Amino acid sequence: MLDEKSRWTPYWQAAPLAIVFLVFFVLPLAITFMVSFWTYTGYSIEPALVGDNYASAFDKCIDSLPDLCTTFRTYLSTLKFCLMVWLITLVLGFTIAYYLVFEIKSPTTRIVLALLTTIPFWTSNVIRMISWIPLLGRNGLVNQALMGAGITHEPVDWLLYSSFSVTLSLVHINTVFMIVPILNSMSRIDKSLIEAAYDNGASAWQTIWNVIVPLSKTGIAIGSIFVITVVMGDFISIGLMGGQQIASAGKVIETQITALQFPIAAANAIVLLAVVLMIIWTLLRFVDIRKEL
Amino acid sequence: MTETRSRAFYILSAVFALYVLFLYGPTITILVLSFQGPSGGMTFPMNGVSLHWFHNLWAGIGVPNVVDALSNSLKLGIVVTIITVVISILAGYAFRRRFRGQDALFFTAIASLILPSIIVSLGIALEFQLFNQTITAWGDSLVENYVDIENPTAWTNFLGFIGSSIQDNFQTLMGLFTSGLGAHLTWTLPFGLLIMFAVFNRFNPAYEEAARDLGASPWQTFRFVVLPMILPSLIGVALFGFTLSWDEIARSSQAVGSANTLPLTLRGLTTTVTTPVIYALGTVTTAVSFAVIGTAILTLLIVQARRRRHGSDAGRGV
Repeated sequence: MLDEKSRWTPYWQAAPLAIVFLVFFVLPLAITFMVSFWTYTGYSIEPALVGDNYASAFDKCIDSLPDLCTTFRTYLSTLKFCLMVWLITLVLGFTIAYYLVFEIKSPTTRIVLALLTTIPFWTSNVIRMISWIPLLGRNGLVNQALMGAGITHEPVDWLLYSSFSVTLSLVHINTVFMIVPILNSMSRIDKSLIEAAYDNGASAWQTIWNVIVPLSKTGIAIGSIFVITVVMGDFISIGLMGGQQIASAGKVIETQITALQFPIAAANAIVLLAVVLMIIWTLLRFVDIRKEL
Repeated sequence: MTETRSRAFYILSAVFALYVLFLYGPTITILVLSFQGPSGGMTFPMNGVSLHWFHNLWAGIGVPNVVDALSNSLKLGIVVTIITVVISILAGYAFRRRFRGQDALFFTAIASLILPSIIVSLGIALEFQLFNQTITAWGDSLVENYVDIENPTAWTNFLGFIGSSIQDNFQTLMGLFTSGLGAHLTWTLPFGLLIMFAVFNRFNPAYEEAARDLGASPWQTFRFVVLPMILPSLIGVALFGFTLSWDEIARSSQAVGSANTLPLTLRGLTTTVTTPVIYALGTVTTAVSFAVIGTAILTLLIVQARRRRHGSDAGRGV
C-alpha cells in the first residue's frame, strides 16, 4: 500500500544526488555557456553579449581556407589521437575480453584475471605516465637495449615527449574502459550460439565476426564512447607525455585559463562540448545503452 | 574434463600476458628505481639500494610541500568516500521506484561521467568566480550605503559591519572542501550510482517484505536485512570513491583553489624535479592505492567466507 508519505520517499532519496549534480555539473555548464558571451578584464569577468570569444576561437579560420587555422589544426590533431587510441584500445580490449570470456573456463580464474586488468585503473594516472620515463627516456631501458643490441648507435629521441609516447600512455590508461563493457556484453552471450555457429560449419573468424561482434555491439559502443570522450578532452596525458609541446583541444582551454582569459576558454569549452556531443550522438545511434543496465 | 587446449588459447594467453606486462611493467620499474642509491639517477643502472629518496621525500620537497598535498588528498578522499557511499545508497533506493525527473537525473549522471573533465573543471571554476564576484560586490555596496551615513540605526550599523567584514576578510569560496569536493563528486557519484543500479536490479524485494511482515521498521529492514546483503557492493562503491578521488587530476585542476592535491603536485614536480625522489613519491602514492584496493578485496573475501560459514538457512527445514 502506497500511502501519501511514501509517495514522496523517492524524491528526498534522490535529492542529494540531484543537488550535487545541479550545483557542480548542470549550473557550471550553464555558466560556461553564459560566460562564453562575456568580456573580461585582467581580474574579473564582466556580463556582456558578444561573439568576440567565438570569433577569437575561430580566428581567421574561414579566411585562410584551404589552409587550416590553429583551431582546426588542433582539432584535427586531437581527432587523430582519438582515432589511433580508439582503434588500438578496441582491438586490444576486444581480444582480452574474448580471451577472458571464451578461453578461460574457470569462473574464479576469470574473476582474478579480470581484476588484474582493472586494478591499475584504481591507481594514479599521473604516476602511470611518469613510469614511462625510465623506460623511454634518452638513457632509458629501451634505448639501452636498442644500443646494446647494436640496432642504433644514437639514442632514439622520439620515444618520449612525442606523439608516440602520448598514444602509448593513452592506450595504457584507457584500454580498461574498453575491456570492462565488452566483457560485460560478451559474458551474456549464450554459449550455445557459438556451438551452433561451429556446428553449421562457421570458421573461428566467421563466428567472431558474425556472432560475437554483433552481440557485443553495446559493450563496444559504451567502451568507444568512454575512450573517445576521454581522449577528446585530454590535456593531462598530452601535456605530460608530449613534453607540453603538443596541442590538443583540452590543452588550449587549459592554457587560456592559465592566462585568465576565462570567456575565451569558455567559448572553446562550448565548441569542444559540441564536438563531443556530436560524436556521442553518432555512437548512440548504434545502441540502446539502457538495455545494458 | 580433459579437453585439449586450442592453438588460439596459447596465442591469446601470450597476448594477455604481454598486456599485463605492459600494464604493470612501468609501475614496477619506478617502484624498483625509487630504492635507488643516493648517487643514482632517474634511470637504470641501480647505484646501490637505499631508502635515501624516501627520507628525502619525508624531509619535504617542492612548494607547497608534498606532505601537505598528501594529507590534503587523504582527507578529501575520505570525505568523498563517505559522501559517495551515502548518496549512492539513497539514490539507489530512489531509482527502485518511479519518480518524476528520473530519466533526466539518470542522463545527467551519465553525462557527468563522460563529458570532458576540463569542461566540468572550468565550469566549476567560473561558477565560483561568479560567487566570489557577487559576494565582493555585495560587500562593497553595503559599505557604500551603510557605513558613515547620517542617522545610523542598529540595522544599518549591522549591515555596514557585514560589508566591511566582507571587504576585510573575504577572499574566495573556492577550496578543497567546497569546489574541490564538488568536482570529485561529479566523477565518483556516477560510478556509485551505476554500481547501485547493478545491485538493486538483482535484489529480491521478498526479503524486505518478509522483514516488514515480521514487524521490522523501515530502518530495521535496511540495517538488518538490506545492508548486510548489499555490503559487498558498498565496499565496491567505497573503493571507487576513494581511489578515484585520490588519483583525480583533470577535474581538480581548475577547481581546488590554492590548496593542491597530490596528483596536481606530482604533475608540477615532473617539470622541476630531476631526481628519483619523484619515484619515491610515486611508490608511496601507489602503496596507498594498493593498500586501499587490498583492504577492499580482503574485506570482500571475509564477508563471503562468513556467509559461507553462517550462510542462509533456506531449505534446512528449520
